[in-house]
Amino acid sequence: MSGRKVVGASVPRIDGVAKVTGAARFASDLTLPGMLHGRIARSTRAHARLVSIHAEDAMRVRGVVRVVTARDLMELVPYYGHIVLDHPILAVDTVRFQGEPLALVVADTREAAAEAADQVWADYQDLESVVDAEAALRPEAPVLHPVRGRPVGDEGFDPGGSLPTGNICAEYSLAWGDLGAAFASADLVLEADYRYPMLYGYAMEPYNALAAFEQGDLVVYSSAQHPYMVRNDLSRIFGLPLARVRVVVPYVGGGYGTKSYTKVEPLASVAAWLLQRPVQVQLSVEESILTTRSDSALIRARSAFTRDGRLLGRDMDIILNSGAYTDNSPLVAQKALNRCFGPYRMEALRARVRAVFTNTVPASSLRGFGAPQGNLGGETQMDEAADRLGIDPVRLRMLNLVGPGEEILPGKRGVDADLAADLDQLAEALGWPRPGPGLNAGFGLSASDAGAFPVSTVMVRIHADGSASTLTGATELGQGSRTVMAQIVAEELGLEMGQVAVVASDTGVTPYERTTGASRTTTLAGRALIDACKDARRQIREAAAEAEGVAVSEVEDAPGGVRVGGRLVGYGEALRRWFGAEAEISGSGLVRRAGDFQKMPPFWEIGCSGVLVGVDEETGVVSVEKLVTLGDVGFAINPALVEGQDAGAATMGLGAALHEQLVYDGDMLLNSNVVDYRVPRFHDTPREMTHLLVQRGDGSGPYGAKGGGEGAGNPIGGAIASAIGRATGRYPRELPLTPERVWRLFKEDDGDQD
Amino acid sequence: MTARTVRALVNGAERHFTLEDRTLLIDALRDAGLTGTKLSCDMEVCGACTVLLDGLPVSACTTLAAEIDGREVSTIEGLAVGGQLSPVQRAFVECSAFQCGFCTPGMILTATALLRSDPDPDPEQVGRWMEGNICRCTGYDSILKAIALAAERGR
Repeated sequence: MSGRKVVGASVPRIDGVAKVTGAARFASDLTLPGMLHGRIARSTRAHARLVSIHAEDAMRVRGVVRVVTARDLMELVPYYGHIVLDHPILAVDTVRFQGEPLALVVADTREAAAEAADQVWADYQDLESVVDAEAALRPEAPVLHPVRGRPVGDEGFDPGGSLPTGNICAEYSLAWGDLGAAFASADLVLEADYRYPMLYGYAMEPYNALAAFEQGDLVVYSSAQHPYMVRNDLSRIFGLPLARVRVVVPYVGGGYGTKSYTKVEPLASVAAWLLQRPVQVQLSVEESILTTRSDSALIRARSAFTRDGRLLGRDMDIILNSGAYTDNSPLVAQKALNRCFGPYRMEALRARVRAVFTNTVPASSLRGFGAPQGNLGGETQMDEAADRLGIDPVRLRMLNLVGPGEEILPGKRGVDADLAADLDQLAEALGWPRPGPGLNAGFGLSASDAGAFPVSTVMVRIHADGSASTLTGATELGQGSRTVMAQIVAEELGLEMGQVAVVASDTGVTPYERTTGASRTTTLAGRALIDACKDARRQIREAAAEAEGVAVSEVEDAPGGVRVGGRLVGYGEALRRWFGAEAEISGSGLVRRAGDFQKMPPFWEIGCSGVLVGVDEETGVVSVEKLVTLGDVGFAINPALVEGQDAGAATMGLGAALHEQLVYDGDMLLNSNVVDYRVPRFHDTPREMTHLLVQRGDGSGPYGAKGGGEGAGNPIGGAIASAIGRATGRYPRELPLTPERVWRLFKEDDGDQD
Repeated sequence: MTARTVRALVNGAERHFTLEDRTLLIDALRDAGLTGTKLSCDMEVCGACTVLLDGLPVSACTTLAAEIDGREVSTIEGLAVGGQLSPVQRAFVECSAFQCGFCTPGMILTATALLRSDPDPDPEQVGRWMEGNICRCTGYDSILKAIALAAERGR
């Protein structure tokens, strides 16, 4: 084999002991001397002109120092947004959703801030509100942003096609072939509207930030996934050079995309600026729900098949309910477009996605964003077509799947996976085509253009004793990035795991990392790290050659050092001899959109998951008896961590499929707490879970690895829906599949199918 | 607000807390530097703030700090003795039963109380005890395995 020692093994997490002893520090655990506490007063209206804010009562509460409103921010840029600058730090003139921040009450204690925040009130002049995305598209709908925010101009983000109008936040489309001809020649056309629920990621550590100005520089400790994106927002707000804004992210209590991009960091920072004291803002879970949720979707899906199961064409039209502000919605829309029609060959395609402003909580990223929404329509239609045509659904997919290297998106990277082999393995693990008495199977595929924009820079320091530190801007969210990066360094430098440390996510210290999302860290930061280790080793070889008076070609790499004329010289010794005293060197490495990463996407993330479910016809209760995920990850640097990611993604997928949904009654959010918003609990665990790993070395990352952690969840909604479709004889069109919805599938005939 | 002094045995050491009647246990503990106890749902459903009060799990987010007067409190910081992880902690590490680690202190404390009450629980019994602890990262399968491993070693 490869002779690899550390990578490929499920070594224990380097943060393991800290996390089981309570020693792991999260941003919400931090305090600074003299720190004040901020609490947000929120809008009670969904859409209104903000006439005035009354802070007098709040100011009378003992311990209150200041009530900050947008009026205090006139010297600053009072908006943030990494794509479009339209999200006010505090409402300016207009409120656009119930729960929008109006004011920040700052006090000596949490209790005083909370008590006072309840006593801030406002005069509103109500405006007509619109909550449903389809309704928001109608010409008579109230327009949320008559004046649009300014695009930020980051080349990595497209603000959403040609100047969208009305309530369209962003619109993308894609087409090829003769769609009319494809549908005209079809033997079977399926057409239905599917609805994907509005979700809350429920990362268990709520959003929080602690900000302070130190000698005029802004320092913020935060729970953010992408500290560099947050730094950019803060730099714009204060007009500070990037070098003078430092965002530090310690351990993060769950991310899943929900902590991508800026949340409460500007609020804590503007208060710290006004008061010149450290200010901490910690949200409750209810407030976190009022901060970011995922896009609900209406998916109009039409598919054309020949009678022998060939997919001729697809026509997909998706409307995303993107809430009150732009945030990440253009990117979510773009990804929904690319991911909705599946990894299938087809003569013709027409797809369109519109992200739509509504008077609801702003939507942004959540695990796999865009993928689970469209996948529900695309994949259940593959199953329904198979049933109608009397073809095995595995075979029907096999007939249409793109092969290794084949393009899913014209001109983009060919698919770096063998989907047919994956599906075959999955079906076998599920026991297909004989799922067992009383059980029904559902499975699905997805291929996501993952990795985001390929920019990643890292450094490795080799210390005087031969140990090494990795400096990375990739954030440890629980996915195990620090462990995987330590494994790579240990492997490349020939060190023990205990000799490697990882310093992460401090924009004042660690090199630039664009984001931690889109399953990218192992692939992109990992590749940069291989180069950084090579760079460090080159410097050591050159130093050793000069110190020993030999040609560089006579110095060879060895574990933990170099070999010079057969003698092992450790890194520390080589450095000391060359510098003449104790010293260290740093190697650096980077990934940019060039070479292996010229073609987008940086890699394809495969989803291949299946379930066996039992359905109680009397009650509509669904029990998941078996769940299988297949991680097509090229090479698993730490298999246990990959399996954990797949288990987590699948469990989240089950939540969306069976339980989770944020519900609006009119323009008020009804269930902004984790009692009424039900996430999977112990008893919801499938009776049997299997996580297959497929390692063909076909990824663009280190050792042929590619990203995982989102894929396993993307097809779960469709898989559950198809299994229930088989059980009830009627394919569901809407998630979550609550007992009532399933019961109705058994009992009611709305004439929609057959 | 009246201030009062409360004495309790916290992780085996007597501690004094000066607090208001309304102070919640989670705030008293975290303000005393025991930040391993985590606040999440703030309504007694997620289990992140679980601590053991006289050996039984309670949600520190909905327990008044005054209630610990004269009683024994165990937090995550007290489980490892002399740098040695407890059997449950060790099993959680070995089974990769966590990712972000935010739910982990509560999970481990509930599991610890379970195994003290029933050293050999069946999966149903584990489910009943653990139903009040939510994990969002990794699902529950690896947590079940960790508890089973700790139980097996305890036999």
